[in-house]
Amino acid sequence: MIVLIAAVAVFLLLRRAIIPPAFGQYGHYRPGALDMVRQRPVSFAGQDSCIACHDDEANARAAGRHIHVACEACHGPQVQHANDPGAIKPQLPNVAKLCRGCHEKDAAKPKDFPQVVTTEHMGDMPCNSCHKPHNPHV
Amino acid sequence: MIVPGVDGYMYPNEVELQWSLLIVLYPYITGLVAGAFILASLERVFKVEAVRPTYRLALLTALSFLLVAPLPLQLHLGHPERSLEMYLTPHTSSAMAMFGFVYLWYLLVVLLLEIWLEYRAEIVHMARTCTGWTRIIYKALTLGSDNISPASLRIDEKVGYAITVIGIPSAFLLHGYVGFIFGSVKANPWWSTPLMPIVFLFSAMVSGIAAVLVLYAASMKFRKVPIDMRCLDTIARYLFYTFLIDFTLEMMDLIHRTYEADESFRSLDFMVHTRLWGSHVILQLVLGTFIPLVLLAATQLWKFSEATRRGLYITASSLALIGIFAMRWNVVIGGQLFSKSFLGYTSYKMEFATREGLLPAILLLIMPFAILLVLVKLLPPWEKRAA
Amino acid sequence: MDPTRRDLFKIGGKLLVLASIGATLEQITGAEPAPDAYKMADHWWGMLIDIDKCIGCGNCVRACAQENGVPQGYYRTWVERYQVEEGKRPVVESPDGGMHGFAPLTREDVKSFFVPKLCNQCANSPCVQVCPVGATFVSPDGVVLVDPKYCLGCRYCVQACPYGCRYLHPGTQTVDKCSLCYHRITKGLTTACCENCPTFARQLVDFKNPKDPVHNFLRHNKVQVLKPYMATEAKVYYKDLDGAVR
Repeated sequence: MIVLIAAVAVFLLLRRAIIPPAFGQYGHYRPGALDMVRQRPVSFAGQDSCIACHDDEANARAAGRHIHVACEACHGPQVQHANDPGAIKPQLPNVAKLCRGCHEKDAAKPKDFPQVVTTEHMGDMPCNSCHKPHNPHV
Repeated sequence: MIVPGVDGYMYPNEVELQWSLLIVLYPYITGLVAGAFILASLERVFKVEAVRPTYRLALLTALSFLLVAPLPLQLHLGHPERSLEMYLTPHTSSAMAMFGFVYLWYLLVVLLLEIWLEYRAEIVHMARTCTGWTRIIYKALTLGSDNISPASLRIDEKVGYAITVIGIPSAFLLHGYVGFIFGSVKANPWWSTPLMPIVFLFSAMVSGIAAVLVLYAASMKFRKVPIDMRCLDTIARYLFYTFLIDFTLEMMDLIHRTYEADESFRSLDFMVHTRLWGSHVILQLVLGTFIPLVLLAATQLWKFSEATRRGLYITASSLALIGIFAMRWNVVIGGQLFSKSFLGYTSYKMEFATREGLLPAILLLIMPFAILLVLVKLLPPWEKRAA
Repeated sequence: MDPTRRDLFKIGGKLLVLASIGATLEQITGAEPAPDAYKMADHWWGMLIDIDKCIGCGNCVRACAQENGVPQGYYRTWVERYQVEEGKRPVVESPDGGMHGFAPLTREDVKSFFVPKLCNQCANSPCVQVCPVGATFVSPDGVVLVDPKYCLGCRYCVQACPYGCRYLHPGTQTVDKCSLCYHRITKGLTTACCENCPTFARQLVDFKNPKDPVHNFLRHNKVQVLKPYMATEAKVYYKDLDGAVR
């Protein structure tokens, strides 16, 4: 009997000491977790940040069919450049691989999506010898 | 792109199995506990006095396995140091969380208390008569109690009886819960069935009774003491009955699935015929269920000599133990070999000397016997219970 | 009772009372979370996926991996390519989750399409239901998250998810999954996958925002969720999802 009571007392003590503060505030979890997840650093700045400075490219894009393609979809995550534009200069994307990724013909792609068999379309020539990336219309 | 070990399509995160051999081991071990305890309770509560010679052995076996039971889980966890969280902030909707309390209840209130009450008179006697460090051990085990008058022993008897009575549904809960942990997962059609807790429970009883039978025969052989055949015959009879019920339940599940043939059936059927052929059809069904049942049925239908009966019982029990292990394997591993898209299968890559590999599994299976050896030395199960 | 036991009882009782007082004091003076502009109660997040727009470029898979540090061989999101031939079971593939696109399919005689998949952010989530400790949960704004400091790594949630969207992170040894880029959407950005999708196949939606296009979308389009019979109340809606999709 004594052992049981002592064990329960120890358990209650342990519980009070160890359970994270405010556990259960929003539900059965540690509310600190929400803050923890939110504090993860961002890698993609979002195109609004890009357009703020690069309005020429943004305007070119808005006139063509790449209007819905976000800047970082081709240029990669650029939050570091957005935070300190002078210090970090983004690398130009590899045209050969990049354009193919979307535009290589595939029977599973929607029929109204512009796609070509690149080897037939231009052989070894890089895509941007004819198409400007921001407004690709030729 | 071919993913090694995968046939057809698996969701990319499904290719690697999450619950390994150690999670197969866990229900096996807790099953042995529940089964051994129920055998013990046959004598105490249902007055089947023929099995009295195994009463204490069954309790000690249950304790040895119960102490080892959390270890495969601890090895499996990504963060075993956080396992206390299950007791501090248990999520009441989670079967796994509530199981932590069922385990604790069973260990402390049922098993340890019952064993202590059963042995109390002898422990006090040993504390009075031993010397040196054995005296210290026994003194500690007395938990301060010193009274072994006939009146206090009668109280022991009454309380012990009450605990065994509580213990039977607790044992059912202990292993039924493990079945529920699997059976309540709606995402997995191999697991999700209301029959799962009951199938687990009865197969646990089969394995527990078989284990005690084998251990009893082995211990008597080791001690060069003649086996009480009346006891062995009775245990074997109960093994047979339990096995029949277990077999019926598993057949019901199989027939039901085959008849209804819902979307998952084709995928599961294919899996049983290919990846689980060895472990499910050969090991679990033929070697582990059908043959032991035939052997046990034979002993019930025809008269055999003592030696033959012993041989048949031990063979049937050993095969049953392997078969029940195969059943756990087929449930846990089998449930992860097929894709939840029903479009493919993966393989289980069992390693040897890693945290969840074959080596720790073997060691964990040996450990309860080592503990049992210590317990048998400390609390000999062979003396008559003090009247 | 022996005098020694009575003393033990007294000491134990005193300790218990002291501990309770101490613990209560600690709870009262415990830290409150700092106030900020983002109000969880104003949002209920989900996603819309338009199958007929997905081109299987894999931008979303790559972007997610970069944004969230997803380890190689595991996927918070992935893209599947289906080939559905009449009278046959569909052929599905997802090479490395579709991260680097797919080898071009030339067969024109079958129905083929791409299906992006991710955590369905279920409102009645089976993974949350089975977590033994409260390490995974539905946030007040409808995102199913994992607490990496609390997760035991038991993987019960991985088993319980009908969609296969969870995995054990080999580095942290805790369970990981799509967080709907919670760290981005609470700052007014969109998710990494939606940001980088070139065709608008994926869109983040906020059901509590009356101006969100999702309301109009759901009224005028036929939509489905994956495995509706599981009753998970998934919040990722698919437009033009073929019946063959699993």
